[in-house]
Amino acid sequence: MPLASRTAIAGLGITPQGKVYDHNHIGFASEAVRLALADAGLTRGDLDGLLVNPGLTWGDMGMASFQLQQAMGLRNLRLSASMNSGGATAGTMIQYAAQSIANGLCSTVACVFSDAPLKPPKPKGDPGSGSGSGAAYAFGRGLDAAYGQFGVNAMYAMAARRHMHLYGTTNHHLGAIAVASRQWANRNPAAQFHDTPMTLEEYHRSRWVVEPFHLFDCCLVSNGGLAVIVTSAERARDLRRPPVYVRGMGQGHPGGDPAETLTSGAPLAKESAFAMAGIGLADIDVVELYDCYTFTVLVTLEDYGFCAKGEGGPFVADGRIGPGGSLPVNTGGGQLSSFYMWGMTPVSEAVIQLRGDGGARQVPGATTALVSGNGGILSTHSTLVLSNQEQ
Amino acid sequence: MTYAKPIPAITPEMRPFYDAAKRHELRVQRCTSCGTHRFPARAICSECLCTEAEWVAVSGRGEIFSFNVMHQVYHPGFAAEVPYAVVIVKLAEGAKMVSNLVGGAPHDIRIGMPVRVVFEDISDEVTLPKFAPA
Repeated sequence: MPLASRTAIAGLGITPQGKVYDHNHIGFASEAVRLALADAGLTRGDLDGLLVNPGLTWGDMGMASFQLQQAMGLRNLRLSASMNSGGATAGTMIQYAAQSIANGLCSTVACVFSDAPLKPPKPKGDPGSGSGSGAAYAFGRGLDAAYGQFGVNAMYAMAARRHMHLYGTTNHHLGAIAVASRQWANRNPAAQFHDTPMTLEEYHRSRWVVEPFHLFDCCLVSNGGLAVIVTSAERARDLRRPPVYVRGMGQGHPGGDPAETLTSGAPLAKESAFAMAGIGLADIDVVELYDCYTFTVLVTLEDYGFCAKGEGGPFVADGRIGPGGSLPVNTGGGQLSSFYMWGMTPVSEAVIQLRGDGGARQVPGATTALVSGNGGILSTHSTLVLSNQEQ
Repeated sequence: MTYAKPIPAITPEMRPFYDAAKRHELRVQRCTSCGTHRFPARAICSECLCTEAEWVAVSGRGEIFSFNVMHQVYHPGFAAEVPYAVVIVKLAEGAKMVSNLVGGAPHDIRIGMPVRVVFEDISDEVTLPKFAPA
């Protein structure tokens, strides 16, 4: 039985994001699910599935979905799992939810991410406040640490440097992505950088984290939770908000060393997602890409075929992906300028756009969104085609 | 002066690498079935799934595959060195290693630059292979 548009996102719950400290990871997750249920007009008794992507502060204990089930007093679930395919997980959770619902295993699934890596500011006078720091992501292991290689930034920078070497990509190009994201964020009241404009010059002046990445090439680190409710298309039509249909889905995990090819799993994931949705690139109105770094956006645009491999730099350089540009990308400000809920950030912005709830950043008449998730160093990839039209 | 940077723990599977480095010799694993070189140690060859491997001496020659320049201090041992470069060297035999380039400023590093291994004794037990322009 075809899977296209058999299910829909019926509820969206976004807790306060960023430097917020009123919950731990389970608290944020519970609050996000509660908000998503209320948004859909459902109660917890309607939930029979729970998929959780545990952020860093969940630790390695596992069984996150059971912990959350207990915290929320959920009974008699027919689907429950903790999932981790890195930054692709938001998309893969929705895919497994949709398949389970379409095949009759369960009817209504909450997919949730939460994390709380930021600590409250220390008393004033202590310059070592951890409040804005990405320290949780700065791990170094064994030999890598011996050579001073710490954290994901450092590993990703290696791939970006190769793209620059092979294709002539520059920090002007990466900066154009950072600026476009910021301009979108300035139109999104929920964005952490809503009130902070940024020019290309300011991008260049921002400190280096690890060359070739400036501070504003790297995504935010956020506390918070984000959940969506997936249910059958039929049921979604009777609920409070207009359905956002899951029209197409796919995954692509290239294996090997993607720094060799500088290609993500997007081409593979796109194949099944676009075939299922029955669409081409020209049918996409808004593009919500996983943006752990500016560079990830550049590569992902290439890999979906918006431009040829290696041409991502010139493609974004002229404001094409910002407000008023011909290809609206990361319309809420993305993870670079809005908030970082791993892949749930792009999913949530697609839902907002397809409901027409985008306010000052709404892309007029948006009906179809391309959503990507990307984990590791271009290692894992998920694609969703979401639409407010069944076909 | 005592060595202030992280000193890697010698794990059983990496012991042959450290023992060789101590003798100023660079060894990596080679699959006994298909001959693919790999680093760091893995239990199985990702090319042919063979579980047999041997530690073999390699030429110590390679080229810069990529590099970054670290500006943040993640460990106090590197505080005096920022900004410093971390490189990935692709050995002539094929395996890749994270390392440092000795001699020359970070901004003189270029992808494709030929390099050769040098050794830095950092403790009684541990010697780190590093690379110099060839």
